[in-house]
Amino acid sequence: MKVKVLQNILDANNQIAHRNREALDKAGVFAINIMSSPGAGKTSLILQTIARLKDKVRIAVIEGDIASTIDADKIGKTEIPVVQINTGGACHLDANMINNALDNLSLKDIDLLFIENVGNLVCPAEFKLGAHKQMMLLSTPEGDDKPYKYPLMFTESEVIVLNKIDLLPHLDFDVKAFKKAVRGINPGVKIFPVSCKTGEGLDDWISWLEAALKGR
Amino acid sequence: MHELSVTQGMLDIALEKAKEARASRITAINLVIGEMSSIIDDCVQFYFDFLSKDSIASGAKLTFTRIPMQVRCRSCGFSFQPDKTAWSCPQCGKWDAQVVAGQEFYVESIEVE
Repeated sequence: MKVKVLQNILDANNQIAHRNREALDKAGVFAINIMSSPGAGKTSLILQTIARLKDKVRIAVIEGDIASTIDADKIGKTEIPVVQINTGGACHLDANMINNALDNLSLKDIDLLFIENVGNLVCPAEFKLGAHKQMMLLSTPEGDDKPYKYPLMFTESEVIVLNKIDLLPHLDFDVKAFKKAVRGINPGVKIFPVSCKTGEGLDDWISWLEAALKGR
Repeated sequence: MHELSVTQGMLDIALEKAKEARASRITAINLVIGEMSSIIDDCVQFYFDFLSKDSIASGAKLTFTRIPMQVRCRSCGFSFQPDKTAWSCPQCGKWDAQVVAGQEFYVESIEVE
């Protein structure tokens, strides 16, 4: 006998993500899920953002890594609340890990929560966490063809930060071709070319973030 | 590489539906997976054999229906499978596509006794 099911395999995760979102909304926290490959500059962007906003905005960070507390230690130096999740080999954060991490943060004292996902352009795009914005970083040395190779990541992201633009003179990365590729499949996406090293372009990113926080 | 947790989720869904149908055995689980997902069929089967061995789903056959990525041009409405390095519409030439298929990830049905 055949039984129709038609149920999403990730339902259990999505339900927990929904609960996370409710908890964040109740406390007035705006959460951003930051995804990228390893070394694209997620932690650098978070640190630059903290440096520019910490006097105006109460920020907290959840760090996801397979192992180590290197990133959490860097964030910890800024005296921002930080929770490290070690996934122990898992390639992405899932909603349940975030649910546990939220228990370790005082949500009522937070305006903006960065969730730094595990460095990986594949799996994090499939697992909802409950964040308000899906965001990704691509760094210029990775190449402008990445939207074609990892389409799910580029369609799931609402904001894309293109980092390491200070390296453009040394690379074949074509910013125009990259933007065309991304917008070709995700027309509403915001793209911010920046350099976390020199600070170029960061003002636009910060302005967008401040506007998003006001509208939350 | 997250097939283990995904396979557990899929098995849980199948067991729950089998229980609702008062079935004593699950003989097949039919899955629909879009090609944009990063799931590897052999890997799911491997974990499934391990996870299901003490359940009524033990020995069930998994079938995978793969759905190719398909996009629709927002400008002229033409649906097409995108080329690997260009997402422009073959009909009108615009770059304004919306993904309409390829992200599926669900249990379509189970076969039970």
